[in-house]
Amino acid sequence: MHYNWNWGILFALSPDGNTPYIDLLLSGLEWTVITGVCAWVLAFILGSIIGVLRTLPSHTAERLGFVYVEFFRGIPLIVQLFVWFFVLPDLLPVEWGSWIKQLRNGPFYTSVIGLAFFTSPRVAEQVRAGIQSLAGGQLRAALAMGLTRPQAYRYVLLPLAYRIILPTLTSEMLNCLKNTSVALTIGLMELTAQTRAMQEFSFQVFEAFSVSTLLYVLLNLAVVAGMRVVERSAAIPGTLAKAR
Amino acid sequence: MFHGFDYKAITDNLSYLLIDGLGFTLRLTLMAAIGATALGSLVAVMELSRNRLVSGIAVGYVNLTRALPLLLVIFWFYFLIPWVWQWVTGADRPTPVGAFLSALITFTLFEAAYYAEIVRAGIQSLGRGQMGAAEALGLRYPQVLAYVILPQALRNMLPVLLMQTIILFQDTSLVYVLSITDFLGAASKIANRDFRLIELYSFAAVVYLVISATLSAFVRRLQSRIAIVR
Amino acid sequence: MIDYQNVCKWYGDFNVLKSCSTHVNKGEVVVVCGPSGSGKSTLIQCANGLTPFQKGTITVDGVSVGDRHTNLPKLRARVGMVFQHFELFPHLTVIANLRLAQEKVLGRDKASATEKGMALLERVGLAAHATKYPGQLSGGQQQRVAIARALAMNPVAMLFDEPTSALDPEMINEVLDVMTSLAADGMTMMVVTHEMGFARRVADRVVFMDAGEIVEDTTTEAFFREPESERARQFLSKILQH
Ligand SMILES: Nc1ncnc2c1ncn2[C@@H]1O[C@H](COP(=O)(O)OP(=O)(O)OP(=O)(O)O)[C@@H](O)[C@H]1O
Ligand SMILES: [Mg+2]
Repeated sequence: MHYNWNWGILFALSPDGNTPYIDLLLSGLEWTVITGVCAWVLAFILGSIIGVLRTLPSHTAERLGFVYVEFFRGIPLIVQLFVWFFVLPDLLPVEWGSWIKQLRNGPFYTSVIGLAFFTSPRVAEQVRAGIQSLAGGQLRAALAMGLTRPQAYRYVLLPLAYRIILPTLTSEMLNCLKNTSVALTIGLMELTAQTRAMQEFSFQVFEAFSVSTLLYVLLNLAVVAGMRVVERSAAIPGTLAKAR
Repeated sequence: MFHGFDYKAITDNLSYLLIDGLGFTLRLTLMAAIGATALGSLVAVMELSRNRLVSGIAVGYVNLTRALPLLLVIFWFYFLIPWVWQWVTGADRPTPVGAFLSALITFTLFEAAYYAEIVRAGIQSLGRGQMGAAEALGLRYPQVLAYVILPQALRNMLPVLLMQTIILFQDTSLVYVLSITDFLGAASKIANRDFRLIELYSFAAVVYLVISATLSAFVRRLQSRIAIVR
Repeated sequence: MIDYQNVCKWYGDFNVLKSCSTHVNKGEVVVVCGPSGSGKSTLIQCANGLTPFQKGTITVDGVSVGDRHTNLPKLRARVGMVFQHFELFPHLTVIANLRLAQEKVLGRDKASATEKGMALLERVGLAAHATKYPGQLSGGQQQRVAIARALAMNPVAMLFDEPTSALDPEMINEVLDVMTSLAADGMTMMVVTHEMGFARRVADRVVFMDAGEIVEDTTTEAFFREPESERARQFLSKILQH
């Protein structure tokens, strides 16, 4: 086994003539972060709505939420991205379809939307579990004071539920970031795609993969550290913090 | 909307799609799930070991694997396995090992990290009582694990393990990037050959959805049964 | 003030309330007691629409609870409720717990909500704890905060569902004392409780329930002197043995 290591390759220029390979990887990291964060924000909003829907007394709302969750959780991300990217534009009216196809950064928008819908049912299930873990007491107390149901969710149930599910939300968030790599299949030049590009042009496979592995690990550590701070600032004196 | 939807693009290729493609996917899922359960159990036990080195290795393995996107790991192994294989067999150049085996190794090693976390949670939820009771009977530590702890942990965690297997089933679609003919690979090859992207990708989505939803309905039933037994 | 007329409720096939009729007059204290599972919580929760019922009518201060057109949040804002497990909001400080509904439901501004809240905390003897979180208080203190929180809405009546049964014995009296002083001030109260001492001292009437029926509904004096029904007699002898 004699692989020729050449770490200098990182600072050699890539085929475009003026960017070193390391910059390619860093720009990939940037797209990974931007795509992941945008998708996460959207997934968080969608997931919260669906999660709340699933806790309402209305049977229809509960059913609707269930179907949504099963649907977007039941199809692999890569297939969902293909459907958004290849199938949907052709199902729309022709002008819309061609407008979408000509969109600059089309892969980016598609990735954000696809990833958000893929991630949202996972968020929804967490939100639902969080709310249901409060049992009925807090809701009843909030309603008994004259709060409307939306107010009860806004001021009491959701603030508590989010605190309870914070650790699992962190890992969903990490999944969302990692899953951006699947978007390379529709042409998003995120970190894994750039790693592949570097490997193809430079033939230094393992340097490229080692560096991007390191970058992913650092990204993880950064998110975990960030969420620690959030967790600490959201901790409630005297209660949940103790249960943790 | 479905004007011009060409069902024949699907029906004409059904045996290729389902037997070659889906067959590959299901075989890969099943074998990787078994492998990952076995390896995951081992890693979980190692994680809980009192030996710092052993637990350190296991925890490091789990954390590193879980920090990486599956796609990156797929590429890693795609390039790494031939080198390792060369080293093992003493051949004079890196040799490819075949698509199925390569994918199987990748998924087993990758998913083992996720299964390990589930099994570890299962073991820890048993508490010290079971361990103590078994040791009091004079069983040795490996026997306690094999006959008392792991069977219970795996049984209690069965629904979660199955949920993870549904994720694994969906994840196998990513071997598409290696141009392997799994189910998605087969669909995509026909889609591009016949210019039938809408038909084939919709079909792929429906098939994945039906299988995943069926399995998840089964898991929910299992869960409620277990809840009643307890 | 609170008027139950032939109220019936089912959970599926299970008849929880069987044509219950009773009333709480203005300024009156009515204690509801009865064995576990007899429907006391259900009865009291019907009064502010927390639990829907299928037949009969309940009117609170002239407003029909079961009517589809009734604005339930508005009605509930006028009826205070205290729960067995306190149900303070753990992520809000004590004073923020008292402010929440004042601001969001009554539209009071923060300053006046705080002022009102502090005055009530003073009254239940907990002004010093205003900025603590519920989890940092004892059970008895939490329940007194819960009472203050309900009072902050200027309710026309108060409902209590076993307010002391989740408390350690040494904390029961601090809560009962607050309730006693409320009654002395003329608050209309409906109280589910097993504290027969409190009932005897404070209640004007006692309602005894068993298996979803109101078996007895008499003055406190009559109830403790000689209950009419055998079931109430058995219940009393059991509970007074302790
Ligand atoms: N959501 C529900 N679904 C079905 N049955 C219920 C429900 N809630 C209460 N019940 C039943 O209704 C009956 C009355 O319940 P309720 O809570 O009113 O009793 P209670 O008199 O307050 O008892 P306790 O002293 O234990 O609090 C009980 O038999 C209970 O099992
Ligand atoms: Mg009760």
